[in-house]
Amino acid sequence: MKVGLFIPCYIDQFYPQVAVATLELLERLGCEVHYPLQQTCCGQPMANSGFSHLSQGCDNNFFRNFEGYDYIVCPSGSCTLHVKEHFQQPGNEQAAVHLRNSVYELTEFLTDVLQVTSLEAEYRHRVGLHVSCHGQRGLHLSSMTETMTPAYSKPERLLSLVDGLELVYPDRPDECCGFGGTFCVFEEAVSAKMGKDRIREHEEKDVEVITAVDMSCLMHLEGILKRNGSKVQVKHIAEILNSPSS
Amino acid sequence: MSLHAELAEQFNADEDRTNWHDQTLWWVRQKRDLSARQLPEWEQLRQLASDIKAHTLSNLDQYLEQFERQANANGVTVHWAATAEEHNAVVLELLQKNQLQHIVKSKSMLTEECHLNPFLKKHGYEVVDTDLGERIVQLRNEPPSHIVLPAIHLKKADVSETFHQHLHTEAGNEDPQYLTHAARLDLRKKFIEADCAITGVNFAIAENGAVVVCTNEGNADMGVHSARLHIACMGIEKIIPRMADLGVFTRLLARSATGQSITTYTSHFQKAGPGKEMHIVIVDNGRSRQLGRADFRNSLKCIRCAACFNTCPVYRRSGGHSYHTAVAGPIGSILNPNNDLKANADLPFASTLCGSCSNVCPVKINIHEQLWKWRQVVVKEGYAEPAKKAGMSAMAKLFAHPALFRLAGSAGRRMMRWFPALAKQKKFNPWYKQREMPEPPADSFRDWYLQNRKK
Repeated sequence: MKVGLFIPCYIDQFYPQVAVATLELLERLGCEVHYPLQQTCCGQPMANSGFSHLSQGCDNNFFRNFEGYDYIVCPSGSCTLHVKEHFQQPGNEQAAVHLRNSVYELTEFLTDVLQVTSLEAEYRHRVGLHVSCHGQRGLHLSSMTETMTPAYSKPERLLSLVDGLELVYPDRPDECCGFGGTFCVFEEAVSAKMGKDRIREHEEKDVEVITAVDMSCLMHLEGILKRNGSKVQVKHIAEILNSPSS
Repeated sequence: MSLHAELAEQFNADEDRTNWHDQTLWWVRQKRDLSARQLPEWEQLRQLASDIKAHTLSNLDQYLEQFERQANANGVTVHWAATAEEHNAVVLELLQKNQLQHIVKSKSMLTEECHLNPFLKKHGYEVVDTDLGERIVQLRNEPPSHIVLPAIHLKKADVSETFHQHLHTEAGNEDPQYLTHAARLDLRKKFIEADCAITGVNFAIAENGAVVVCTNEGNADMGVHSARLHIACMGIEKIIPRMADLGVFTRLLARSATGQSITTYTSHFQKAGPGKEMHIVIVDNGRSRQLGRADFRNSLKCIRCAACFNTCPVYRRSGGHSYHTAVAGPIGSILNPNNDLKANADLPFASTLCGSCSNVCPVKINIHEQLWKWRQVVVKEGYAEPAKKAGMSAMAKLFAHPALFRLAGSAGRRMMRWFPALAKQKKFNPWYKQREMPEPPADSFRDWYLQNRKK
């Protein structure tokens, strides 16, 4: 199974350990993983700001890097959703459809394609799960509190396979953290307030670590945690799932 | 800074009050969840409502004409208004022609949209808003901040102060029962004097020409039964085909809005009482243009329940007035750009695109997707801030050229490591106001990969 590893630009630049954990985890589970070296970004920052007409160059680069893989796997629900909803190749619609259908968020890939039912992983901490919106409401990685449908969660199921991990949810289990891409700077006051409120709820549950499928939510929360001198750490779900057993 | 961001920042200056606003509306969202969960067919109902609205919007001309014929047959006069100005002129003419002086109005977001109150005031008429929340904001000379809970931005103490000033209640008495009673006594006089009642319309039924108004206070009924002339004002999208369809919407409306199974009053007005007159003003005011926009037409399915307000984490933390329009919240952010893109270019950006709004919408409007689409329109029409435009063009270039991207990335990280103070300028870097910067690592993942996997 040939897997193309799609690493979001900000993870490549600021959180390489998340990409390493994703790569190692997939390799341990028997995937042949390639990291196409000329990849940059999915184009979401432009598109969500209203500049989707500027993202064709970015899409073309993405296509050159990821054409021909059986699966494209990405440790971000948000970037995955963007490719699924907006990736374009004018004049080559068939290839665009194929690529859009081949891209998977990491926990979705582990659950639906690899059908992982056990993990040799250990993480002896009390962990708060932040449910990232695009993975949840966009990719349906888990059920949503707004809709009256049966409850499920792919990230939670995977975390339940980790030895020693104690999982807790905040009181509002799926409220947005307020990152929102460029929203975090253009609507700074509301963005920061939303992040502070998420953190307060996690701290009320005495978590040691906050995890999520999206590092962008965690980057935002980490910035607030550090500013306030909190002891709570953030860890991407890939880092936890890749924690070795003792 | 955009207008919404600026007003939201002001709102956030009082954090305790922001917390209170957020928690109050979250409580309403939770009531909605509880109530929806009691209906096993909830998701089917939403789909059915959405489908009925889609069908109606596709055949709107026929249903509007059918409605007019039925209303006329009931002895009701129907007026058509293409714009807000025409709507206001129709109301004014009816008041003048019938020599009416005492006007009571039950809640109508359409009349807010058309700015009817200030228009009539200019012509010497006082309109009394009879919904309690609307009355409170009217006395304060403020617009409503929420389409269902118009005074939700106010606390008991604010109401007490307002009533003390205008209704001469005891200073400092914040007892809700006392204050409500004072409002009731004051409004009772207005109802008795009323010779004209203006109401909004929640649903207009094509097959029988009736309009349905949902209230919790019975104020629409009180006004209509007291006054000799009833003017019901409705947008063209309020039509539903049959009485049989109504139950689908009344079951969804109150549950979505407040978590009630049904509003206390669901009043059907089909014809005028003996010796009285009933008029219906049907208003377009940009709705047919929205109907013509393929990407945005299903925003006209909206039944004004405000569930998207209550669930929106941004609305709860920025308040209705930060949207500077009659209809605030996520739905307002996709409706208002239709009538004035320039004035409302900030609204589609007042969202993290979390998608919660679309999930609670009882008629399944894809609100967050339409916010995304309006953003594209705002930029194409040239209303993006110049700095943003320049930044985005530069970013697009970087991401299209991998070598350039890597160069910028490593240079940027190096700058952050060598000169950390550079990024720590709150004035130029809004991120840093309340958040630390991420720690830039020496190597990117690609660097690591080349060293560890590509040997």
